[in-house]
Amino acid sequence: MATITMNNQQLEVTNEMTILEAAKAHNINIPTLCHYPDLAINSDCRICVVEIEGKRMLPTSCSTPVQDGMVIYTNSPRVLQARKTITELMLSSHDANCTACTRNMRCELQTLSKNLGIDINRFEPTYKDLPIDDNNPSLVRNMNRCIKCGRCVDVCKTVQGVHVLERMGRSNEMMIAPAFNQSLNNLICTYCGQCANVCPVGAIMEKDDTDLVWENLHNPKKRTLVQVAPAVRVAIGESFHSLDDTVPIGKLVSALKHLGFDEVYDTNFTADLTIMEEGNELIYRIQNDDVLPMMTSCCPGWINYVEQHHSDILKHISSCKSPQQMFGALAKNYYKEQENLNKEDIFVVSIMPCTAKKYEAKREEFTDQYDNPDVDVVLTTRELEKMFRQMGVDFDQLDNRDFDEPFGMTSGAAQLFGASGGVMEAALRTVTEVLSGKPLKSLDFSAVRGMDGIKEASFNLKGQEIKVAVSHSLSNAEQLIQGIKDGTSPYTFIEIMACPGGCIGGGGQPYGTDSASRLKRMETTYRVDLEKDIRKSHDNPAIKTLYDNYLQKPLSELSHHLLHTRYYPR
Amino acid sequence: MLEKRILTQRFNKYDGLSIRQYIDLDGFKALEKAFSMSSQQIIEEIKLSQLTGRGGAGFPTYIKMQAMLNETRDKYLVCNADEGEPGHFKDRHLIEKDPYQLIEGMVISAYAVGANKGYIYVRGEYNNAIQQLEKTIKIATTKGYLGNHICDSDFSFELVVRRGAGAYVCGEEFALMESIEGKPGRTRVKPPFPTEKGIFDYPTLINNVETFCNLPTIIEHGGEHYSTIGSNHAKGTKLICLSGNVKHKGLYEVPYGTSINDVISELGGGTANDIPIQMVQIGGACGPIIPPRLLNMDIDNEAFEIFDAKMGAGAIIVIDENYDLFEIVLRNMQFFLHESCGKCAPCREGHIQIVKLLQKFVNYQATHKDYVSLQSLAEVIHTTTLCGLGQTSPTSVISTMTYFKEAYDKRINQQNKE
Ligand SMILES: Cc1cc2nc3c(=O)[nH]c(=O)nc-3n(C[C@H](O)[C@H](O)[C@H](O)COP(=O)(O)O)c2cc1C
Ligand code: SF4
Ligand code: SF4
Ligand code: SF4
Repeated sequence: MATITMNNQQLEVTNEMTILEAAKAHNINIPTLCHYPDLAINSDCRICVVEIEGKRMLPTSCSTPVQDGMVIYTNSPRVLQARKTITELMLSSHDANCTACTRNMRCELQTLSKNLGIDINRFEPTYKDLPIDDNNPSLVRNMNRCIKCGRCVDVCKTVQGVHVLERMGRSNEMMIAPAFNQSLNNLICTYCGQCANVCPVGAIMEKDDTDLVWENLHNPKKRTLVQVAPAVRVAIGESFHSLDDTVPIGKLVSALKHLGFDEVYDTNFTADLTIMEEGNELIYRIQNDDVLPMMTSCCPGWINYVEQHHSDILKHISSCKSPQQMFGALAKNYYKEQENLNKEDIFVVSIMPCTAKKYEAKREEFTDQYDNPDVDVVLTTRELEKMFRQMGVDFDQLDNRDFDEPFGMTSGAAQLFGASGGVMEAALRTVTEVLSGKPLKSLDFSAVRGMDGIKEASFNLKGQEIKVAVSHSLSNAEQLIQGIKDGTSPYTFIEIMACPGGCIGGGGQPYGTDSASRLKRMETTYRVDLEKDIRKSHDNPAIKTLYDNYLQKPLSELSHHLLHTRYYPR
Repeated sequence: MLEKRILTQRFNKYDGLSIRQYIDLDGFKALEKAFSMSSQQIIEEIKLSQLTGRGGAGFPTYIKMQAMLNETRDKYLVCNADEGEPGHFKDRHLIEKDPYQLIEGMVISAYAVGANKGYIYVRGEYNNAIQQLEKTIKIATTKGYLGNHICDSDFSFELVVRRGAGAYVCGEEFALMESIEGKPGRTRVKPPFPTEKGIFDYPTLINNVETFCNLPTIIEHGGEHYSTIGSNHAKGTKLICLSGNVKHKGLYEVPYGTSINDVISELGGGTANDIPIQMVQIGGACGPIIPPRLLNMDIDNEAFEIFDAKMGAGAIIVIDENYDLFEIVLRNMQFFLHESCGKCAPCREGHIQIVKLLQKFVNYQATHKDYVSLQSLAEVIHTTTLCGLGQTSPTSVISTMTYFKEAYDKRINQQNKE
């Protein structure tokens, strides 16, 4: 233990703490900017400087360990002057056209300058008119707004292990950019959007597709369908005060109807369908000595990564489309036939926690020969939030409504798709029962739950020992991939999600996503599952009906045509 | 005699290539002696000598060595020969005129701290020095002073030359190590310090060329004897790079405690054409600019604390009255604007603004408000930046605002009159 004095207050702290941690532990607020809960300390912004008695320099509290007897001032005149000056400097190099920025009122730089009381900038503007990188379907980079905090570099490098972004050049021309300042679409970017999620300002953002949605909602010729991913409902409540601590499924459906959607459907329905197809594919692979381990295919960030970096293991990837694309295929075929519509009359929107889903929807495989995509537009959780604000949705005034049929009835297993380990658990519930022919005693596969980077489980399937593995964050996937490449992988089935925690931590989720909020969303996910009457995909009667009336059986010819796909080295 | 030649004693006495001649000039005696001593004994002698780093920061060398000794993992040695600070050329001379002295100093240090691999990171423009080092390392290796089983002992040490790519900030120890690792030259967050986590995250002792060159003489004659040379606060000799408006520019070796005035007038022969000295900048672009009335101060780290700066690596740049103070300061700050690595906000965005403000002074357009902005900006860059570049870059602004305040006032008033 060490005794320090902070703002004339004596504090007992542990020796390993930084000054910032010590302050936090005692409710003393030191402003920060580049600091982000789960990322490395890079102390680039210098906003968190403090004064230490007897020292001329003002060290950054995020990187300076406490020492016994230290006398610290977090708000001395020198400190305040320094913070203000540094913020003015950052503002001078930043295109601060706030009212024309998506981050307006939700921008960390704006909040900081407001809190520091900056009302005039003494320095001349120095930002340049840099070109905007927006020629990919998922992300927009506007480097005129970048404050070079380095968060995106760190998340891409250390959390994702993809190494797209780097600091380039030096001095005030230093830029955060992909190699040779190329645009993202020329590169190995997976479009996972983790960079956009951690960016404190509006410098990296999802491509905004809300206008296109509004346009179609108001086009009387269009039948508008929307599907909502499992991870969205456990997160969007964080953005609306009146939704605190609820899982606002009923209100979410209401609000979407309010926006003008004709049909509000549940991606969980096609998650159940995915389990039927993928589970049976796994059984087929096991029984026919086909390529194992099989790997999941529902995460487009992961698919991009594996196509770009590890095309030699593509045959391990399940041929199942993701739930989003299965929904699109059903909408533009089954639903079209049922309703006697033309494809062009149907406009399919997905609400996803994910920016890579925008890219996925644009893939050639998911577009017909007349350029009609199965899913027309993908919106992130944040874009939906924006539309709700644009519309002035008042959640207090909304009633609870159910998802529309026929794609509204879902199992608890489907909800698990939102969390890392969820696809695995949902599949295990179905595969073990189908293979053993006996009902499961316990539905909880707790070994594949939780936040460990790599989770393993083994269980007995008709006398055969089967091993499975789950990983999230692409940097963790690498170990499992290497095992496959050198032939040492002991697994039968592997689930991989690109984002930390799985889709609940997706790149399109509300700003400020960190390990604490991911954990909370994960807990909610398991609660939703527990509260469901039906908790196994193969028990979902609506799924049974779909097979009886249309698809016939899992892996049927029609299923193959509509619900399965292929991957290509890139 | 003002000069005291210890590190430069062999300069021009041999061609800087012949190892035979180096040995004839008492070379490698210290190394042989070191091999008869324990690590701790060697570090004890360095402690007694009170040797401090000659690369600019003036940190006691033995403390870094002792920290290395406490580490049990693989260890590295790095010699900082980046010498990018304007006004410096001492390390180039030390390498070109007596490379074996540096090699000997490095082998002694490596032996003492238990490092088996070392790098010499040389400023990219120093072609001759690089070639000479490569040749002499090869020769020393064949003669058994480098490589496996040095002087038939159990100790092995491999030495590799790395060429810098021209960035000034790569002289900063962490940026330098990043550069050796093949990454862009940007510093790291401290702590941990190099002795805990240096090159490739292994414990690393990084010293300046001149620091290493002091080791042979300390070991040969003992730390106590060494500590009799110099002033009360600083021991040994210092290489001085004298340049600017003096008659005899060049490299001089003087004991610590010699006055700056004596160096300029006696060794440098005073200003060329006897135009009065306007100011002197000490330590290069990052050093303080002081008026003639302060020149009787000693070359001594402690004495420089009044400038809130260090003595630096030994440059003395004399500027006579023909020059405009503001143009000199502006040129300094343009240098740092160009050289900032861009990592931390105050340095990255601050230098462009300092340059803009100084341009106003140069162009007789500055107001009192500009003066206040300049002052607070210099203060903030100095106190809040991540590495020594930003921490020292505004020294010329801060020192001229202290010692030449009337020049600033006059410039502002001239603007008002126009
Ligand atoms: C911007 C910057 C440039 C530096 N350049 C050099 C250099 O060229 N040579 C050098 O020896 N030290 C340089 N240093 C100091 C080194 O960081 C480090 O303190 C030194 O190598 C330690 O060696 P010493 O203890 O022998 O002085 C520089 C420091 C900074 C901040
Ligand atoms: S989207 Fe993902 S992979 Fe692409 S730059 Fe951002 S963090 Fe890296
Ligand atoms: S793009 Fe955003 S996260 Fe990345 S450095 Fe710039 S401001 Fe920070
Ligand atoms: S002070 Fe300047 S050179 Fe040093 S880390 Fe900061 S930006 Fe880079």
